[in-house]
Formats: sequence, structure tokens, C-alpha cells
Amino acid sequence: MPTSDQPTNGGPAGDRAERVLPLKGLKAQARIVWALLLREIITRFGRRNIGFLWLFVEPAMFVIVITAIWTATHDLHRSQIPIAAFTLTGYTSMLMWRNTPSRCIGALSSNQSLLYHRQVTMLDIYLARIILEFAGVTTSFMVLGLLMWMGGWLEPPENVLQVIGGWGLLAWFGMALALTLGPLSERYPAVQKLWSPIAILLFILSGTSFLLDTFPPTVRYWLLWLPMTSGLEYLREGFFGSQFKAHYDLEYMCTATMVLMLFGLTQVRRVALNETIIA
Amino acid sequence: MIRLENVSKVYHTAQGPREIFRDVNLTVEKGEHVGILGRNGAGKSTLVRLISGAERPTSGRIVRDMSISWPIAFSGGFHQRLSGKDNLRFICRVYGVDFRPRLEFVERFSELGPYINEPVGVYSSGMRAKLAFAISMVVDFDCYLIDEVMAVGDERFREKCELELFQRRRDRAMIIISHSSRYLKQHCNRFVILEDGRLEEYEDADTARMAYKRLIKREAKMEVKRQHEAEKAKKKARLAMMEREAALPIST
Repeated sequence: MPTSDQPTNGGPAGDRAERVLPLKGLKAQARIVWALLLREIITRFGRRNIGFLWLFVEPAMFVIVITAIWTATHDLHRSQIPIAAFTLTGYTSMLMWRNTPSRCIGALSSNQSLLYHRQVTMLDIYLARIILEFAGVTTSFMVLGLLMWMGGWLEPPENVLQVIGGWGLLAWFGMALALTLGPLSERYPAVQKLWSPIAILLFILSGTSFLLDTFPPTVRYWLLWLPMTSGLEYLREGFFGSQFKAHYDLEYMCTATMVLMLFGLTQVRRVALNETIIA
Repeated sequence: MIRLENVSKVYHTAQGPREIFRDVNLTVEKGEHVGILGRNGAGKSTLVRLISGAERPTSGRIVRDMSISWPIAFSGGFHQRLSGKDNLRFICRVYGVDFRPRLEFVERFSELGPYINEPVGVYSSGMRAKLAFAISMVVDFDCYLIDEVMAVGDERFREKCELELFQRRRDRAMIIISHSSRYLKQHCNRFVILEDGRLEEYEDADTARMAYKRLIKREAKMEVKRQHEAEKAKKKARLAMMEREAALPIST
């Protein structure tokens, strides 16, 4: 056992001796994730031009284009649902679970050397990337929502708390998925190749561009196997629930996400072990 | 103290599992300077990764109650698109230390001038090495991990580094990993050879040097033998081919 009476000679914070204390350890980890996050912002967006504003301009442009297309073809659909709210919730929430894994897949090779700093762990690196992605998408969601509301295309949410809750659930799912696919991609390179086609498939199936109510119960049943479908329906109910009938199973979504999250964390541990030699 | 307890490390390669270390034990106490000698491919870098915590052992454990540095003058952690200054800022954030006074030190020590604000990607290898060494000195550690002989910049700059590390921080523990026994003799008071996945400690620099020499000689002999055998096999194959060609009917 380490002799704890030996002082660490004023060494930097985050030593093993300090990490044992949960609160201090948490603080140290928060500091490291923050450091990684700032590093990521500068390396991805640079200090020039609009810099970190790209963080939400990128997803915002995507959503604006999709919304414009839907709005232009609105008359063809002849639907009663508010189209701006429908696309805004659909596409931003899709970005929540599509972009986070993309950022975490293959993150080891470009960040491996950071692990020489003992306090930096693979989990910190994943968390920094996930949080940054959340920040970008959430900002786009809020800014676009506000702009559309001011422009008169969007009614404010009917139940703000439910919107926040739905958003949180989707974020949690996105995080669990990223923590699973990121580490798996290091062991199975196929994950990297397959993720974009699978993401497209999931995007089609997850209710981004439809409401579950338009389908017969059997189809609905199968579509609800995807956890993010529940999250999205819940979010949309919070936004414009009085105008359609939402279908979701939050209990299932939470269980599935929890299982995925725990599995992901075990995989993150395996990456730290680094058994597969790359060089 | 840093203690490796029965540390083993196995990598899974395309040719199946490969054991780099088996039951390695080593204890480094406060203020000790441990030199680890090893040939290329003996597992020096893996040892550095294990001690620094970049990787975990397959079995066994590593107990640390001293703070331990990242490998001194290691520039792999730099981001090419970040300026020297931003890279330093990141290190300061990770270790939770004040940035301002350290920037002054790094600017003075690395002699990079205005380049400190340029992305590390445009640096020459010498500039990068200077920056890496300077940044290695900004955080105070109980134990310094030194991988390979530092050949940073010109003679004058090397002397500056020696002064900063081996004079000013003489009281700290150091783990110096190298393939040069002369370098280790200069700076260490314990001598260990890394070979075949094991660590073996020697009484003093000279016995370690002799043992190391023997190892290299043996390896050279084996290399000659291997080459000889490879040549023989090649000759045999050529002969067999000629025979086969001779046996073929001539087609016209």
C-alpha cells in the first residue's frame, strides 16, 4: 500500500492520493475536461474569423436548409403540424446522437499522446468532445428557436420543462452511444466505416422526418425499439403536443440508454488498457 | 515512491499475443536516479508508457505516491495547429498551474521569440524540441521521467537543459531510459538493464555497462548468424529454381 504519511511535496493536483477523495477527484476531472474542451475549440475552429461561433453555425445551417425545404413543400403535405417546430426538433435532436459518436470514433489515435499526462484519461477526451458537440447543437437549437419565434414561424414550446427533459434524454442517449462506438472503433475498424451508413438508416427510422402517429400500431411498436424515437416524440409533445398524439416509452428509453452507457464505460476502460498495438 | 509490482504487459498483434514484460518489479524512492538501459525493441517505450500512466499493465500494478512527469522534452502531445503559447496554456490548465509566470519562463528559456505565437506545425524540429523541453520544466514533479538522451539544440542550449534538470532538480527522483550507458553513468546512481521483458539491477555503472556490452555482442553475433542462414536459404532456393528450369521442356 502507498504510505500516505509521505507528503507529495506540493506536486500538481490530480495525483492518485488526491483522486481518492471523490469531490477533489471530480474537480480535477472537470478541470481536465475543460482544458481539453478549450483545446478542441481552438484546434477545430481556430482563433481567426468567427472562431468558436462555427460551433453552432455548422448545425444551424444544416437545420435552416432542411427547414426551408420542408416549408417550401409545406402545401404538398397538407398537414396540420407546425412545420418549423417539427423540423427544428427533428434535425437538431438527430445531430445530438449522430455527431457525438462521429466525434468519438477514432479519437484515440489523434489524442493518444495526451495520455502521457497522467491525469488525462480516454474518458476525459471523449467527454470533452461530447460536451463540445452538445454545446454546439444546443446553442443552435436555442438560437434558431428564438429566431424562428421572432420571425413568426414558430410558437414557443407549450411545456418548456418537458422540452428540457426530452433534450436531456436525447443528450444522455447520444453520450451513451458515443461512449460505446468510440472505444469499439479502436478495436473494430469496421465501426468507423459503417457508422455513416448506419447513421443514415437510423436517421430515416428515428422519426426525424415523421410523426409516429402517422403509422399503424405495429409499425409504431417496432419503431419504438429505437430509444431516440421515444426521446424525440417526448420532446415534440413538449413543443406542440396539443396538435398531435405523441407515442413514447420513456421507461424503455431510460433502461436501454443506461445499459448502453454502462457497456460503453466498460469499453472505455478497455481502450485505456490498450492491448492492440498500433505501431 | 513509485513501485512496479509484478507488472506484465501483453500486446495482441497480428501474429498473436506478444509478451513485452513478465512480472517486472521495480521500486524508485524519493531522490533516486534510476537509469534503465535497453536495446532498441527491448520495450523501453512501453515501460515509459506504463510508468507515466499512458497505458495500464495487463496484470500487476503500479503504485505511485509521488507525482510523476510526462516524458521530458516529449513533443508528441503538441497539437500542430496550436501555437506554442496555446500548447503551454493547455498544459497549465491540465496541471492546474498559473499560466502567466510560466509563459515568461518558456519564452525566455526556449528562445523562440515571436514564433511562440505561431502554430507548432511550422516549427523546425529543433524549435519544437526547445519548446518541449521548456514546457517540461513548468510543472513541479517529485519524479521526472526522461526517455532517451536529450539532444536538444546546440551545445549551449544542451548545457542550459542540463543545468535546469540535473542541477536545479537534483533532489528529485528521476527515471532515465536510454541506450547509452555513458549517459546514464553521468546522471544516475542506480543501474538497471531491460532485456527479454525483465529488469535486472546492477551494482554500479561499470558492471551494468559490461553486461550491456555482452548483450549487444551476443545480439550482433546472432544477427550475423541470422544473415548467414538467410543467405544460405536464398542460395538454396535459387539452385532449386535453376534445376526446375533446366528440367522444363524447351518450348519454341
